[in-house]
Amino acid sequence: MAGSYESPSEYIKHHLTNLTYGQKADGSWGIAHNAEDIAEMGFWSINLDSMFFSIGLGLFFFWIFQRAAKKASVDAPTGLQNFIEMIIEFVDDSVRGSFTGKNPLVAPLALTIFVWIFLMNLMDLIPVDHIPWLASLMGVPYLKIVPSTDPNITFGLSLSVFLLILYYSIKMKGPGGFFAELAFHPFPKFMMPLNLVLEGVTLIAKPVSLALRLFGNLYAGEMIFILIALMYSGSWVLGISGGLLQVGWALFHVLIITLQAFIFMTLTIVYLDMASQADH
Amino acid sequence: MNFNATLIGQTISFAVFVWLCMKYIWPPLMAALDERNARISEGLAAAQRGQKELEEAQAKVGESITDAKQQAQEIINQAQKRANEIVDEAKEGAREEADRIKVAATADIDQQVNSAREHLRREVSVIALAGAEQILKREVDAKAHAAVLDELVAQI
Repeated sequence: MAGSYESPSEYIKHHLTNLTYGQKADGSWGIAHNAEDIAEMGFWSINLDSMFFSIGLGLFFFWIFQRAAKKASVDAPTGLQNFIEMIIEFVDDSVRGSFTGKNPLVAPLALTIFVWIFLMNLMDLIPVDHIPWLASLMGVPYLKIVPSTDPNITFGLSLSVFLLILYYSIKMKGPGGFFAELAFHPFPKFMMPLNLVLEGVTLIAKPVSLALRLFGNLYAGEMIFILIALMYSGSWVLGISGGLLQVGWALFHVLIITLQAFIFMTLTIVYLDMASQADH
Repeated sequence: MNFNATLIGQTISFAVFVWLCMKYIWPPLMAALDERNARISEGLAAAQRGQKELEEAQAKVGESITDAKQQAQEIINQAQKRANEIVDEAKEGAREEADRIKVAATADIDQQVNSAREHLRREVSVIALAGAEQILKREVDAKAHAAVLDELVAQI
């Protein structure tokens, strides 16, 4: 399917461009049709594809889990119910293991992060051309179906977590206590500026590393799928080896997407636990 | 990396989904799981209790059987003893009866011997009288000699 592009680099670029809606250079609002449009739109534009798949998968998560919550009873669960309760227990165990305080927000937050990110990552396993090709038949110029390869999505998640970290740090330790944690540690008080720089970097590194780790892993995975898809436009030998590679990479990627969702969840729990501990 | 308002959109939808999860997914599922845990541990405890009760009942049954066997043995012993007693009693009775019959028979025999002897004596006295009459050729006054005759009879 890469045959309709002028060059492989065009194909790759096309697959890495979001469907962006915003104000164009001439003042009208609409969908960007090339990279220059997107650059001119600036911050006040929105990636329709990322938002659509992200919210759609969120709704899917909510629908399927809410159905399980309604059906939940003391009787032995079967099928999907069983699977969902297994996930719930897994998340509950993780929260109990890492979060020492009592907070009714943490467990649902962890569950949402884990399942939602997993679902977003799972989109990566759908062959890179299928859905964009269907969309192009309907006149959609660009489509990225994996929301977690969009840094806006991963930073949206990690900045929300960061806000919660700040909120609980100030709530549990008080503004003074939070400042003291940043300023009087690890060196004595007279080296306060250095402490502030060190601890500030540590603090900022939390959301940045969360977002970039997820984005980087998924972006790289997506890129490799795109490169493998390029092999299909070559000779049949190249095509067959591409098929084998795609199967292999997809199998390996199943591990990555689950692991990344789990890491994001676990680190969120740990960060919130650190923020909630008054005597740190 | 183009940052745009998607960041804000994602933050808002994240908050909404976490809120939905906190309100409609987590509490009912956790409640169901906790209740199931409670029910399972209850069931296990009940099973353990049942097992214990069964063991106790079995022990009781064994005890009862032992008791019953012992009682049966006692009853059998008693019955044997009683049977021996009855046999002994019967033997004793029979012996007594035999003795009684023997005594009665002896008495009867004695009586008959006496009466026969008496009878014989009379006969002899009559014969002797008749003989004496023949010899004397005259009548003997039976009345006058009654005392003599009686003495004679007693001597025979």
